[in-house]
Order: sequence, then C-alpha cells, then structure tokens
Amino acid sequence: MRFVKRYLIPRLIQYVLVTWLGVTVVFIIPRLLPSDPIESMIATLQAQGTLRDPDAIRQMVDTLRDMYGLERSLPEQYISFWKRLFSGDFGPSYFSFPTPVISLIGRSFPWTVGLLFTTTVLSWIIGNITGGLSGYFTGNRLLKILDWFVMFLRPIPYYVLGLTLVILLAYMFPIFPFEGGYTIGAKIAFTWSFIKDVLNHAFLPALSLSLLGVAVNHQTMRLIIQGVKEEDYIRYAKIAAVKERTIFGRYAMRNAILPQITGLTLSLGQIFGGALITEIVFSYPGLGFLLYRAIVNSDYNLIMGITTISIIAITTLILVVDLLYPLFDPRIRFR
Amino acid sequence: MKTLRDLSRDGRFSLGAVVALILLLLALLSFFSPYDPVEWRVVPRDLPPSWEHPLGTDSKGQDVFWQMTFAVRNSLALAVFAAAISRVIAVVVGLLAGYSGGIVDRVLMFISDGFLVMPLFLIIVMLAMLVREHMNTATLALLLGALGWAWDARLIRSQILSLREREFTYTAILSGTPRRKLIFNEYFLFIVPLVFTTLINNMAWVVGMEITLALIGLTNLEIPTLGAMLRWAVNYQAMLLGLWWWLLAPIAVSIALFVGLYLVSLSTSEYLDPRARIQRVGAR
Repeated sequence: MRFVKRYLIPRLIQYVLVTWLGVTVVFIIPRLLPSDPIESMIATLQAQGTLRDPDAIRQMVDTLRDMYGLERSLPEQYISFWKRLFSGDFGPSYFSFPTPVISLIGRSFPWTVGLLFTTTVLSWIIGNITGGLSGYFTGNRLLKILDWFVMFLRPIPYYVLGLTLVILLAYMFPIFPFEGGYTIGAKIAFTWSFIKDVLNHAFLPALSLSLLGVAVNHQTMRLIIQGVKEEDYIRYAKIAAVKERTIFGRYAMRNAILPQITGLTLSLGQIFGGALITEIVFSYPGLGFLLYRAIVNSDYNLIMGITTISIIAITTLILVVDLLYPLFDPRIRFR
Repeated sequence: MKTLRDLSRDGRFSLGAVVALILLLLALLSFFSPYDPVEWRVVPRDLPPSWEHPLGTDSKGQDVFWQMTFAVRNSLALAVFAAAISRVIAVVVGLLAGYSGGIVDRVLMFISDGFLVMPLFLIIVMLAMLVREHMNTATLALLLGALGWAWDARLIRSQILSLREREFTYTAILSGTPRRKLIFNEYFLFIVPLVFTTLINNMAWVVGMEITLALIGLTNLEIPTLGAMLRWAVNYQAMLLGLWWWLLAPIAVSIALFVGLYLVSLSTSEYLDPRARIQRVGAR
C-alpha cells in the first residue's frame, strides 16, 4: 500500500496536472493576440479563395463562431473547449472542409506511431549498448572512433540531418525513394509487396531519427557507466575475480539502465517533435506532414487538434513508462 | 589566459573554437559585401563555383558566398538575442526557485517540467502561425527566447540548492549579510560559468529551430538567414536542377556551426564542472 501512496498517486496527480497545463496553453495561445483570430482567419480564407462556395464559407464562419464561442465570456469558452475535447470534437478542417479534424488526425496517427515507436525503441537499445561498451572498455580504439562519430552527429538538428540524407541516399546515390509512405497508386493491402514498399519508404526517415536517437543515448550511457565503474561494488567484483563480461552485463549495465529510463520519459517530447520534423522532410504521411499541410493552408483548427492530441499522447506515454518503472527498479516496489 | 591555455589542451575545444572563429569571420565579411543581400538578379543566374563567384550563384541571381556571409551574420545575431533572453529568464527562475524553496520552488519547477515534457516544437509552430505577418528577427528571438529556458533554469536551481548548503552561506547569513547581497555578490560568481555554457548550447538550438521554421515557411524569407537560404534552395528545386552548390553551402555551414558550438560547450562545461557532464549530455 505504501507503493500506491508514495509512487502511484503522485504520478497520477502529476499526469493530470501536466496534461491540464498543456491543453490550457493550447487554449490560451490563439486568444493572446489583441485582434480577433477568427475574423482574421475568415479574412484569409476568403482572400485565398479556398472555399469558393459562399454557402460553405457561411457554414464555416458559423461553426467557427460556435466553436470558439467568441460571444461568450472566457470561462464559458474554456468550459466548452474541454467539453468538446472530451467528445473528441476539434471541429472541421479548413482546407478539406467539412472533414472533421479528428478523422484527418486518425488517418495520420498510425504512421507516426509506427515510425516513432520503432526508432525510439531501436535507438534506445542500440545507443545504450554502444554507450555502455565505450564507457566501460575505454581503451578500445574502435569504440573511440565511434565516440567521435557520435560527437559530430549529436548536435545536428533533425531537419538538417534529414535533408542531408535525402541528398546523399535518394539523390546522389538513388538507393531509396525520395518521399512518401508508399508508392503513389499502390493498393493498401496486407501483401508482401506492399509491406516491402512501406518498409522501403520508411527506411530513410527511420534512419535519420535512429541516428540522432542512438547518438543521444550513446553519450548519456557512456557518462553514466563511467560513473558506475568507479563504484565500490564493481571494484570488489574485480578483486573477487568475477569475469569481466559478467561485471559489465550483470552489475554495471543493470544499474546504469535505470536513469536511462527516466531520461527517456524526459526526452519523449523532443523526440516526438523530431519525428514530426523528419516526417516533413520526407513527406512521410504521418502527423508531421499533416501539420505541414495545415501550416501551408493556414488551417489553425487542424494545428490546434494535432497539438492537443500530441500533448495528451505524450503525457500518457510518459505515465505508462513511469508505471512500468517499478518493474525494473525493486527499490520502488518494496519501499 | 591560463584558462584559455588549459582549455586549448582539449582537442575538442580547439577544433570548435577554430570553427566558431571562421564563422565569425564570415559574418564580419558581410559588411564588405559588394552586393545587396535583398536585391535579386545582381549576378548571372545558376553559375557553378568559379574564381569570380567562389560558391557559385543561385536562381535568384545572387552570389551564394556573399549571401551566406549575411546568412551567418543574421543567424548568429538571432541566436545571441534569443539565447540572451532565455538566459535572463532561466537565471531569474533558477535563483527564485532554488533560493526561496517551498511553494515557489514547486510551482516554478512544475511549469519548467511542463515545458520539458511538452512537444515544444508544436507550441512554437502555433505561436509562429499567429505572428506570421509580423515575423522578423526580433519577433523570432522573443518567441524562441521565451520558450527555451526550462532545462537551464533547472540546472541553475540545482546549483543554487547546493550552494545554499555550503559553509560560506551560513557564515554570510549569521554575520548579517543581506539576502540580495548574498545572491548577487556571492552566488552570481558560481552562476556565470553555467550561464556561459548553456548560452552556447541554447544558441545552437535557436539556429536549428530557425532553420526548421524557415523550411516549413514560418519565418520571414526576405531576411537572409541560414534557414531562409535553405528554404529558397529547396523551393527552387536546386537538387533536381543540379545546383548542388546552392544547397550544399548552407548545409555545410550550418553543420559546421552546430558541431563547432557543441564542441566548445562540451569542453568548457567539462572543464568547469565534471559533475555537470551528465546533466549536460541530457540537455537536448
């Protein structure tokens, strides 16, 4: 019961508070400007002529007014904002009116989840192993070269690395396709050729995300394991002539992996942002590319929807990792 | 001087500093540019690199080399401004949270935790969309400065927390030093190095964010920055037309900039405080 009281309940409270804070920020941002955002949006819409049909424009204006409740007071707007959120209603998208924002997001979400999940898990595992090795066996020349390589890779932003990979591996050496999630016109089905096509398209975005992910995990793990190596129990195990491999795998790595789980939860937001940016570079049909189209078409509703859903998804994911954490750390289970 | 000599013994620092100096030189060269960076069609279009045009010319009729000097200057200026703004916020929040503790500390840390966990990129996009019409270097600096302080505030806070428990704090308080004097005269000396290393790191983040925002079309492309240059090159299909110099130049320079700044910040922070190494690496 102490576990529930000391670990579970504080985490749940934190989850609710952070999610509330994030969603509230999304509510506040468009209301920060002195000018009426909806009026200016409608003006842009009419000027752009995306909606030529006057009926459609009127319908749009009505839904917007209703959604943002501009005639009502701010607290009332806030309450109706939450009500809509709980029913999953983010209103219609402007550029593909009247498709609801939520169904556009629903179509893109699986692509992002697939890309993000695979690359995060893969780069976490690989980065921790290489980082652990290079932190423990400091004399190895091959690992030193890897350290330098990682040091040059690490500070490069997602977009620049993605663009460089496109130029290198899709243009100069055309091994992989330029963009998209699958060949245009291909039938979406569970056949081997389609899956191969999808994997082929996903390779470059996944590579660019994984490279940066491995670099981050490698460097953090290296430093942690260098600290662990100086601990008394490692020295004792060495004196007791425990095999070097056993010390590394069983003693050093196992203790060093715990802060890396915490590190993962802290950096999930940034990794997610990076995935969106990478999707834009490769026109990968996930949330990032949807976001890009929303930006190009000034589709503020869609941007708000994507941001809200992303915030909720990330905080929930962090909660899940946090709740799994006691499985790895017995000190929390038996406190 | 001794500090500099010690630092230059670290190969990473020397390399990073040399790269940073070269970039600074490039930025200074922009003051001697024979062309106006905003004017189009000042030179023949689409020329490959030659003696006359060291990095070729682009489809807008601009000299890529001189355009780049302006881009480096503007990107660096933006980075310094934005990073300076977020340093001020980080120091204030870190000092307040670390020194006062209690409920102030908890509220401030809750907010900065929120900033850390949230997909900041999306929040930046939302804000940038709203100020799209008034977007210029100053607005962008304000925007990125207002959002990039969370991690560094935590770093400063933890430093203050450890300072608060040291002997000299007790001595100062017992001998009646006013709190303001204690913070500004004593603690600040410990904070300054932290501000410096996080400044470099934050500058790299700002330049990267500018490039990203420019490429998705959220900055003012009239102002030549590294991001704007890349955006024009991508927009004009420089890759498909075979104008590799136009695309390669800004990419190479920005990668040099990121790596250079990172190496300097990595080596200085290790030099200043070996314990900060772990925190530093987790910073982004």
